[in-house]
Amino acid sequence: MSAILDGPATPYLALAAGALATYFWRGLGVALSRRLSVEQPLFQWVSAVAYAMLAGLIARLIVLPSGALASTVTTDRVAGALLAMAIFYWSRKNLGLGVFAGAGVLMLLTWGRTFLP
Amino acid sequence: MLPAKDTGSPRSAALAGLRAAIGVPGIILSATYVGFGSLVRESGLTFLQGLTSTATAWAAPGQVILAELYAVGASVLVITLAVALTNARLLPMTVALMPHLRARRTPIWAYYLAAHYIAVTGWAQALRVCPDLPPEQRLPYFLGCAVTLWVCTLFATALGFLLAGSVPQTLATGLVFLNPVYFMLVLMMDLRQRARSYALVLGALCGPLFHTATPEWGLLLTGLVAGSAAYGIDRFRRSE
Repeated sequence: MSAILDGPATPYLALAAGALATYFWRGLGVALSRRLSVEQPLFQWVSAVAYAMLAGLIARLIVLPSGALASTVTTDRVAGALLAMAIFYWSRKNLGLGVFAGAGVLMLLTWGRTFLP
Repeated sequence: MLPAKDTGSPRSAALAGLRAAIGVPGIILSATYVGFGSLVRESGLTFLQGLTSTATAWAAPGQVILAELYAVGASVLVITLAVALTNARLLPMTVALMPHLRARRTPIWAYYLAAHYIAVTGWAQALRVCPDLPPEQRLPYFLGCAVTLWVCTLFATALGFLLAGSVPQTLATGLVFLNPVYFMLVLMMDLRQRARSYALVLGALCGPLFHTATPEWGLLLTGLVAGSAAYGIDRFRRSE
């Protein structure tokens, strides 16, 4: 494989690859829209893979984050995520409430810790 | 019989789409992109690169994955594969939406252009409203809604990037945390398909494990292993 594909990505190459890998599916969808049914087993597998990948990323960002989140305490992030879930369900799946509660809890706990000795 | 929600003209349909975008879905999506903008700065990408990503890709999960993988020094190959796998859901989404956008005199290239704006928020809105509109108002409605959302997310990306560099550290972490929490809840929104619930649980378990084993390939492995397992379990249980 060529060095371009193998080495660490340069920013604009990564962005171009990301944009193409995204539009590819949309364009293909338009091209195939008269011939394909949404009920295909292949689509169900694709959806399961996408769900698993996102769930994996989210769990990783909460448990083993990099960057700014790494400076917060794991317990606080987990507490934020759990509370977001709880409020989401109590509020009959109000996405806005859940999201802001989750981020709010993490900020409050992190801020609170600055007062601890 | 007249379609249930005739807005009067294609122009007014586009305006109706615009109004639908500026509401709760638009606010939440913008908040997510504020989070993405903060993540862009965290990942070592520039302001312009963040905006480029939002303008040209415009599918938040893939963009977050791109930024995260870029930050761990992944190769173009890995980034392409991971983004392609996350965004493959856009294919069935497009296939599902297209019949509700078609009108007789619209040129085919217009659909290929419009397809760029298919992402979950605008897609869900159009899927709900467009079937009730007269055919010639459907594409304008979808574009009015989706392009408005797209513009909002560009501003939000910029805002997130600027905020991340200027607000106190605690607030900046909160902004970056918006993304994982948002996606977590979006995934939990619609779990009627059992394969999806299995994928969520298995993916959440595999994600951190595989990442520890190999930061570059962990995400792809998680998707393929946990996703295929979830699909297999669902098939097996349905055939019982």
